[in-house]
Amino acid sequence: MQATVDARGFDVGLELGPGETVAVMGPNGAGKSTLLSVIAGLLRPDSGRAEIDGKVLFNLDAGASVWTAPHHRGTALLAQEPLLFPHLSALENVAFGPRSAGTPKKTARESARKWLAAVDAGELGARRPAELSGGQAQRVAVARALAANPEMLLLDEPMAALDIHAAPLLRRLLKKVLAGRRAVIITHDVLDALMLADRVIVLEGGRITEAGPTRQVLQRPRSRFAAGLSGLNLIPGTLTAAGIRTAEGMEVAGHQDEEAAPGDAGQPGVAAFPPSAVSVFLNDAHGSPRNSFRVTVTDLEQHGDQIRVRAGGMSADVTPAASADLGLVPGMDVYFVIKAAAVAVYPA
Amino acid sequence: MQQSRAGGYHGIPCWIYAVAAAGALFVLLPLAAMAARVNWPQFIPLVTSESSLTALGLSLRTSAASTALCIVFGVPLALVLARSRFRGQQLLRAFVLLPLVLPPVVGGIALLYTFGRQGLLGRSLEAAGLQIAFSTTAVVLAQTFVALPFLVVSLEGALRTAGERFEAVAATLGARPTTVLRRVTVPLVLPGLASGAVLSFARSLGEFGATLTFAGSLQGVTRTLPLEIYLQRETDADAAVALSLVLVAVAVTVVGLTYRRHGQTGRASAASPGARLDGRQ
Repeated sequence: MQATVDARGFDVGLELGPGETVAVMGPNGAGKSTLLSVIAGLLRPDSGRAEIDGKVLFNLDAGASVWTAPHHRGTALLAQEPLLFPHLSALENVAFGPRSAGTPKKTARESARKWLAAVDAGELGARRPAELSGGQAQRVAVARALAANPEMLLLDEPMAALDIHAAPLLRRLLKKVLAGRRAVIITHDVLDALMLADRVIVLEGGRITEAGPTRQVLQRPRSRFAAGLSGLNLIPGTLTAAGIRTAEGMEVAGHQDEEAAPGDAGQPGVAAFPPSAVSVFLNDAHGSPRNSFRVTVTDLEQHGDQIRVRAGGMSADVTPAASADLGLVPGMDVYFVIKAAAVAVYPA
Repeated sequence: MQQSRAGGYHGIPCWIYAVAAAGALFVLLPLAAMAARVNWPQFIPLVTSESSLTALGLSLRTSAASTALCIVFGVPLALVLARSRFRGQQLLRAFVLLPLVLPPVVGGIALLYTFGRQGLLGRSLEAAGLQIAFSTTAVVLAQTFVALPFLVVSLEGALRTAGERFEAVAATLGARPTTVLRRVTVPLVLPGLASGAVLSFARSLGEFGATLTFAGSLQGVTRTLPLEIYLQRETDADAAVALSLVLVAVAVTVVGLTYRRHGQTGRASAASPGARLDGRQ
């Protein structure tokens, strides 16, 4: 599918194989929900076209004007909130999809019971949504979406509104039901992307800034957002023989990542390294092959059992003892030193 | 600082209570004054006189019919106003609500020039053998005209409170728009629809000006209870007061029903927090 929504500066193209799950990540307001609304038919894009298995969802390219109504698309939506119909029992909620497709009441209820059992909510069928906990309601909502037999499942941060005890259960459930199913899941959680998705796309400002297999995107991020997700420092620039050169003329030495496609000098590239590979010194330490950057400390925060030092757009992890020895405070000038061997360089 | 019984802070200054009490008295005192003037020994005979019972029966029948008409036309109107976006929507809303602020006599005159013998539609209707003005049908039309805004306003509010998110989910589950309306939208706003219908019924029951202008005052045909009261006032004040009290009793019952419904509305709308599905970020 390909679609643009002018009013929101949204311009995204996306393809999904059968049985493939794609995670959509990105900062707030990047257009993630817009993407789902466009696929589901709740928002009409200004131009573009989309189809599922040959069925045209919309075709609004020059001259054409095909628009399939949401109820004919087979794209069930699961939102952050379960949005169970409050006037129907859990069972009737799940039976709603089959009933709408014209299945007789009795058959629809049997199918609903089957799906409720599949999400470990078999005993909740008679309850009203108001009598369910958040996690239970979301499981019933999953059953309701699946019972509609969708060709594609759209999940908009399904775990975001759940408490920390209910989320792991739902994540396991989604892993089970998403296997072999075509789905798009919006998430802020790296764990969701790793566990549930085959591929990840990063949306920023209405455009895809990064796409690829989940593991690869997290290991070799090219966008600041993806680097932030995997907790890596990322320095963009152009490739040189020894590493990269930033726009400001700073040289970063590193090793060419052998798993990534090799890049030619002069091509845009990035250098990535984990905060744990960064040492903090008060004086410029020489010794090759090393990178040493003079930076001003902006923030200090607790990060696990380490202190994360943020300076010059990079992060370093030091032990609390080391932090105390150095007397680190925001505003202080220090040197971030990184061994070249710890810096991965690859084309952007 | 004021603490309400529930324990939460409500921030109402003390003097507000005094003004509110004066306002309440302004409504209650005339009712009490009227009740004090009722000729109690004669109450039952006055209220059960033939003309009174005929008027009451006519009032209840026509109000029920106009409430039904309000639902038939008001539900689609409220849906269109609450759910769709089109040019002139504000204008349409203003015109639908106009009868709320229009003097009923003006409404009656307008109806007369529409459905009357020489009216816009009346001439064609007359050719088809239908005479509406000064018939029971005219009473129902006059009441529908003034009562329709009440239903549209309450239902539009209920629809906006319920939001479109449940409807969007229902559509992605494969429900056709008519199915969504029948199985999701209407059940969700049922309390609002009920209170709107009750208010319309109450407004129909009290309708006077438009009815008198458009339907006249024929006993058993168009003379509803308010018209009967006005007529009796000229000749038999006791009967007028007694009938007024009956109308007050009916109105209080209806308002009581509405308030019970309102409690349920609150519960239903509490179940729909936030807004994400309508495509906003």
